[in-house]
Amino acid sequence: MLEIRDLHASVADKPILKGLNLTVNPGEVHAIMGPNGSGKSTLANVLSGRDNYEITGGEALFEGKSLADLEPEERAQAGLFLAFQYPVEIPGVSNMEFLKAALESVRGAQGKEEWDSVTLLRKAREACKQVSLDASFLKRGVNEGFSGGEKKRNEIMQMMLMEPKLALLDETDSGLDIDALQVVAKGVNSLRSPERGIVLVTHYQRLLDYIVPDFVHVLYNGQIIKSGGKELALELEQKGYGWLTGEEESA
Amino acid sequence: MSQAELDKLIRSNYEAGFTTTVDAETLPPGLSEDVIRFLSAKKEEPEWMLEWRLESYRKWQEMPSPTWAHLQHPPIDFNEVSYYSKPKSLDNAPKSLDEVDPELLATYEKLGIPLHEQEMLAGVAVDVVFDSSSVFTTFKEKLAEAGVIFCSISEAIKEHPELIQKYLGSVVPQGDNFYAALNSAVFSDGSFVYIPKGVRCPMELSTYFRINEANTGQFERTLIVADEGSYVSYLEGCTAPQRDENQLHAAVVELVALPGAEIKYSTVQNWYPGDENGKGGIYNFVTKRGVAHDNSKISWTQVETGSAITWKYPSVILRGDNSIGEFYSVALTRHMQQADTGTKMIHLGKNTKSTIISKGISAARSQNAYRGLVRISPRAENARNFTQCDSLLLGDQCGAHTFPYIESKNPTATIEHEATTSKVSDDQMFLCRQRGIDPEKAVSMIVNGFCKEVFKELPMEFAVEAGKLLEVSLEGAVG
Repeated sequence: MLEIRDLHASVADKPILKGLNLTVNPGEVHAIMGPNGSGKSTLANVLSGRDNYEITGGEALFEGKSLADLEPEERAQAGLFLAFQYPVEIPGVSNMEFLKAALESVRGAQGKEEWDSVTLLRKAREACKQVSLDASFLKRGVNEGFSGGEKKRNEIMQMMLMEPKLALLDETDSGLDIDALQVVAKGVNSLRSPERGIVLVTHYQRLLDYIVPDFVHVLYNGQIIKSGGKELALELEQKGYGWLTGEEESA
Repeated sequence: MSQAELDKLIRSNYEAGFTTTVDAETLPPGLSEDVIRFLSAKKEEPEWMLEWRLESYRKWQEMPSPTWAHLQHPPIDFNEVSYYSKPKSLDNAPKSLDEVDPELLATYEKLGIPLHEQEMLAGVAVDVVFDSSSVFTTFKEKLAEAGVIFCSISEAIKEHPELIQKYLGSVVPQGDNFYAALNSAVFSDGSFVYIPKGVRCPMELSTYFRINEANTGQFERTLIVADEGSYVSYLEGCTAPQRDENQLHAAVVELVALPGAEIKYSTVQNWYPGDENGKGGIYNFVTKRGVAHDNSKISWTQVETGSAITWKYPSVILRGDNSIGEFYSVALTRHMQQADTGTKMIHLGKNTKSTIISKGISAARSQNAYRGLVRISPRAENARNFTQCDSLLLGDQCGAHTFPYIESKNPTATIEHEATTSKVSDDQMFLCRQRGIDPEKAVSMIVNGFCKEVFKELPMEFAVEAGKLLEVSLEGAVG
């Protein structure tokens, strides 16, 4: 469903991705790991179409369509979801209002039946429950005054409702304590299905204790330098990245 | 958001920009004592009213036009403006809607203001003012049952002279300022409301102002008197056709809240703002002020999206002890609009309280200024004020300005002032778009969210209208 071939991308004219290859099939969970500055978040932003993240070479195909040809909202409508590393606040716009607009657009584009307000509210409450967010969060402004952990759980809650074909999670584990991490992992695991691809971008192996990936890739200097199964993550945990990059890893 | 996207945002249409063809009697442009005499005679006014107008005119002639606002416009030639225009069909005041010119009815239908009582939003009575004249006031009988007087000011001058003589000019004196003096001299029509003691007005009252004729000024005068312990909620809406020339609108609104009364005054102002190059649009110079007596409350809520120039400071004189003044404002400027708007809260009584929430949104090459005065007089023990002014910028060619004036002469006063300026951030836009929301909808959602604190103060129907108005104003958003 996601086919990335020799992808080159720049941020503000600075080349970050330098020939990246990755294939994600439905039902697979991929973890992208790597040291700081290797291009992990850039990959997530390039795929979802953030401004100033420019594809300069190669291609990224989502269900056969070139992502470069699609606006960010068209990518979302096609079924691509990004769980943000730093979810931004939109004061005064309630979570519910936001979800309604998002779901109307995405479900409409995908030809799925429209949820009436009652159905939407019921589904939203269920999703909140799954990530241990009180239903009162639905009435609050999007991420407005949420703690870091609440913001991340709010992202997962949205993801559960949006039912994406491909979910990208950008360092969703960063800043979470162990309880919140488990809640988030539970939410992500509940979305695992044979039709859905999941890409986890993470710095630490810790998340992968709870969301066990099918594949682990090490991103370094804009390229994937090593791929393997879940055991690769454990190896990285023990050895750090230095043995792959040939540099001393401080973290 | 890129500049190109923003440029699209600002080029949206003005939906109320059409013109109605009616046979009107319009006075040639120009202002003199003779014009005032003619106007007064046309309206069959009593002698005292004419004298009051002439007195105002003489004051006005000696006043310079104000230059202190953060506004730029060529000098206005007051002799190029026509001070009287009245559809001929209104020569004999229509007694029922069947007698109102169908063209006029169609105009209001088109603006979404049906005048047939059975079609109206339940519980809203409307007085409609077309150029210089009141067309019709609905639900008059029903209101009369409660003792409420709601009619055009022309009618009130004839029918209720004792109330007019007592209160007209009592809040905004004839010589208060340049535009108020002009209005006092030439005001054509407007609404009058009187709520008797202890009466809670059984429905929302509203006036809908429409400028139609070219080169005509609209000078309406509104006077609301809420007697002891009464309550009224009053709404005001305004539109004008799309014309290349600037048109002048100089209104005066006076509110009197007697002890224990409450007046809630809401405005959705959508005068034609001019085009993207600043051609045309209404010059809106308005004086709005209320006097709050003991234990009374006056609340102004305004949503300002129109006019080429807005010069407007709805104010409250907190004369009585324990009186409350509120000002909630959303001012959206785009194209080359200029707004200089805010409020004055004058604390005279003890334990008086005021709240100011101002939201300014600037797009394109517009300039949006908040100007506010909070004055605590020496005898206003324990006065409190809270002010919050937030500005939101769309793009990098617009301006947001804040001019707060605080004068406290009593050490027991508590005054708080908060101000923020922000932009619709790329991150917010990206979050919305990543969730499948198109940029146009995203901008309108973010802006609406920014205004929420004010919108929630509007009566329900108006809140919906205001939200839609913002959406339309932001239409053609980003791409």
